[in-house]
Amino acid sequence: MKLARKDLLGIQDLSVEEINLVLDTADSFIDVSTREIKKVPTLRGVTVVNLFYEPSTRTRTSFEIAAKRLSADTINIATSTSSVVKGETFIDTARNLEAMNPDIIVLRHSAAGSPHMLSRAVRQSVINAGDGAHEHPTQALLDMMTMREKKKRLAGLRVAIVGDIAHSRVARSNIYGLTKMGATVSVGGPITMMPRFIERLGVEVHYKLEDAIRNADIIMMLRVQLERQDTNLFPTLREYARYYCLNRKNIGAAKDDVLIMHPGPMNRGVEISPEVADGPYSVILEQVTNGVAVRMALLYLLSGGKS
Amino acid sequence: MTTLLRGGRVIDPSQKIDDVMDVLIEGNRIAATGRNLVEDAKGRKKDPGLTVIDVRGKLVVPGLIDIHTHLREPGYEYKETVESGCEAAVAGGFTSIACMPNTNPVNDNRSVTEFILRQAQKAGLATVYPIAAVSRGSEGKALTEFGDLKEAGAAGFSDDGRPVMHAGLMKRALEYAHSLDLPVVAHCEDWQLSKGGLMNEGLVSTELGMPGIPTISEDIMVMRDILIAEYVGTSVHICHVSSAGAVRILRQARERGVRVTAETAPQYLLLTDEALKGFDTSCKVNPPLRSAEDVAAVRAGLRDGTIEVIASDHAPHSAIEKEVEFEYAASGMVGLETSLGLSWKLVEEGVLTPSELIARMTVNAARVLRIPKGTLKKGADADVTVIDPKKTWTVDVRAFRSKSRNSPFNGWKLPVKAVLTIVGGEIKYSEL
Amino acid sequence: MKKRKVVMDSEGIERSLTRVAYQILERNKGVEDLVLVGIQKGGILLAERLGKKISRIEGVPVPAGKLDITLYRDDIMKSGRARQLGKTDIPFSLDGKKVVLVDDVLFTGRTIRAAMDALMDFGRPKQIQLAVLIDRGHRELPIRADFVGKNLPSSHSEAVLVRISKRKTSDSVTIEEAF
Repeated sequence: MKLARKDLLGIQDLSVEEINLVLDTADSFIDVSTREIKKVPTLRGVTVVNLFYEPSTRTRTSFEIAAKRLSADTINIATSTSSVVKGETFIDTARNLEAMNPDIIVLRHSAAGSPHMLSRAVRQSVINAGDGAHEHPTQALLDMMTMREKKKRLAGLRVAIVGDIAHSRVARSNIYGLTKMGATVSVGGPITMMPRFIERLGVEVHYKLEDAIRNADIIMMLRVQLERQDTNLFPTLREYARYYCLNRKNIGAAKDDVLIMHPGPMNRGVEISPEVADGPYSVILEQVTNGVAVRMALLYLLSGGKS
Repeated sequence: MTTLLRGGRVIDPSQKIDDVMDVLIEGNRIAATGRNLVEDAKGRKKDPGLTVIDVRGKLVVPGLIDIHTHLREPGYEYKETVESGCEAAVAGGFTSIACMPNTNPVNDNRSVTEFILRQAQKAGLATVYPIAAVSRGSEGKALTEFGDLKEAGAAGFSDDGRPVMHAGLMKRALEYAHSLDLPVVAHCEDWQLSKGGLMNEGLVSTELGMPGIPTISEDIMVMRDILIAEYVGTSVHICHVSSAGAVRILRQARERGVRVTAETAPQYLLLTDEALKGFDTSCKVNPPLRSAEDVAAVRAGLRDGTIEVIASDHAPHSAIEKEVEFEYAASGMVGLETSLGLSWKLVEEGVLTPSELIARMTVNAARVLRIPKGTLKKGADADVTVIDPKKTWTVDVRAFRSKSRNSPFNGWKLPVKAVLTIVGGEIKYSEL
Repeated sequence: MKKRKVVMDSEGIERSLTRVAYQILERNKGVEDLVLVGIQKGGILLAERLGKKISRIEGVPVPAGKLDITLYRDDIMKSGRARQLGKTDIPFSLDGKKVVLVDDVLFTGRTIRAAMDALMDFGRPKQIQLAVLIDRGHRELPIRADFVGKNLPSSHSEAVLVRISKRKTSDSVTIEEAF
């Protein structure tokens, strides 16, 4: 029982055992966050660098709280400019960081594969906090944790992921994780938002919202990137909302006890109607709570993973 | 000066020769090719200095030609210079290379062409054939002065990595170049389709979440340029073919008699988009590494002659361009020093015979550029490459003569090595 | 073959626990404000069993909780890998309580140090006492047990194995050469 790896770069290269280990460990960490003293001394002296090349208050805060509850020191580096603009290479940046001798680097980057490049360049553990449209492993882990908590299992669940699959790292990580864990995944959205050969990842593909969510135990609505309007992925937001907005009516195609998830932040009225977003089946806030626990689990498992 | 290459296996596809014999070089010309030329050589009294080089067990071929390289000078001398590029060329067995115009300033006028030729002359290694830009600044708007550039020494025209998106301009370029008997070399890519793309669009790009470059962005432009050439009644050369669709379109065009020629590069014969899975920027290249089906089709096209040339698309980049996030990394890989060894893998795998491979790296390339090279015929320029067919070696990018190290083939074991490169009768590189 | 010796059988363990139960009651003058907290994993069943004995003697139930000290260990970063976490379950307030920590073997004292730190994070006990089945010596910290089932002098090269199960009949304490 161990996470015998230096980094967490993606769900695609995790085994079922590793995913279970992270989820089980995260379950244990839920306790810590509900105590009066929400802090354990486990990672005293450990330095966690949150290196964010892309603004994300949510994910960064979650990692920061997770690290602090484990008594690690955190340093946040937010930079909107790529190293390229500054005239140094990404590897230069990585080596500078390495010289400061942190223990774990959490990287969020708009360019896919950046955490992989960083992990090759430095000795420290690297946690991918989202790389381009590639992976967002901690999000998928917290999603799976939430599903498991609510539905008591992952195997056999029907999970619908709806929206811009092509540009979604959350979709990819969840597809890799859920299919590994034995859930059935169906993806839904306009065909322009479906990446080529997506069906070869072992998912069902639907272009109608109702078909995608039929009999679903879980519906995960992805955020529509409003700036994508310009790329003709869909004609107008109005038309997108008309066919792909989850509302009280079309949700009837799913199971009665369906859970609604969203990686946030939501566009109410675009991909999700307010009454569904704030309704009884929404577990969006539980997702946030579990996010801290999953990140604590990963910081813990990766710290102990070094010899 | 007289040099006798004695007892090698001479492969000269231009004369359909594949036999053990001697090659006699007198001055800067091939004097003879045949058996037992020693006495003949000794008999030539006017030459006191006869050098006999024992090349038994080696292959003696016409000097290799690479019609697609980037020498980066002027403007990007930190990546490569004409001299360092030529050093890489002769170390890789190449005696003639053509260089693309995407320098800074762009090679779109006589002075840049002359500058490149002057630098090549100073280096005194391989023969350099500058390809000039089709349009001023390679901006795709106004034609360059083809005639003046030809007089200055330009060997052809291309906007290379900045494809001529304007079909009307391409038509004019093909017409005008035709009247000057110079080739137009087309990098086929529809920018509207490839825009933002970082790798081949397919299962792997879907897995990696990277924006894809669809094969149709290549296919459509190959088709367009073939149709224009066919209509105008001229020839066109298609660069670095990478897709199955392009091969199919080329094959059909040739069957109906269009004068189209095509090249591919070792990376499109040996690597697939699977190589991108570690996000290694040295694998970022344009056109992108394609799927296994595409690679199989390109190999088949190379084998049946639809693609008659192998070029390296030698594209040096420094750490500044490559040690960055994949998205921001520049496209391209160096190839001059690995091209022969990599291409020979196709011989090992039975895709090509040695003679077929050498044809694609010599006489066929010369034909595309319409240059009097790539042959060991009597009287030809004495450009000769000697290859050791048993010399396996391991690619070590740190040992490259090129200034740049951006090769995904670092650590690869290659089956053959050029061990002697003779340009104009002079030894420019030797491991013998 | 490793040398192995049984030093306590199930009856011996039972007798020791009974004695310790009485000692706890005597020392605390009854069960008022008394709670037991077993340390994962070896102390859990022992704490339960002590609790039952005390309840039987006094006729009043004594709360028993579970404490996992993994997150408080001082060797997390040195152990080479993260340990699996156990369950902490203390379903009662510790404020003002007399807490008896229960563990199977007292050795270096480091586990008890971690346990005391952990307890402090859960509340402010009035007192912390320590009950162990075996005290094998070799303390590395200034910690001693208030209640000891058996003192068992051992060498560093020996391992002390305590087996406690729901079915009491197979309970045992053995000592064996570890290498």
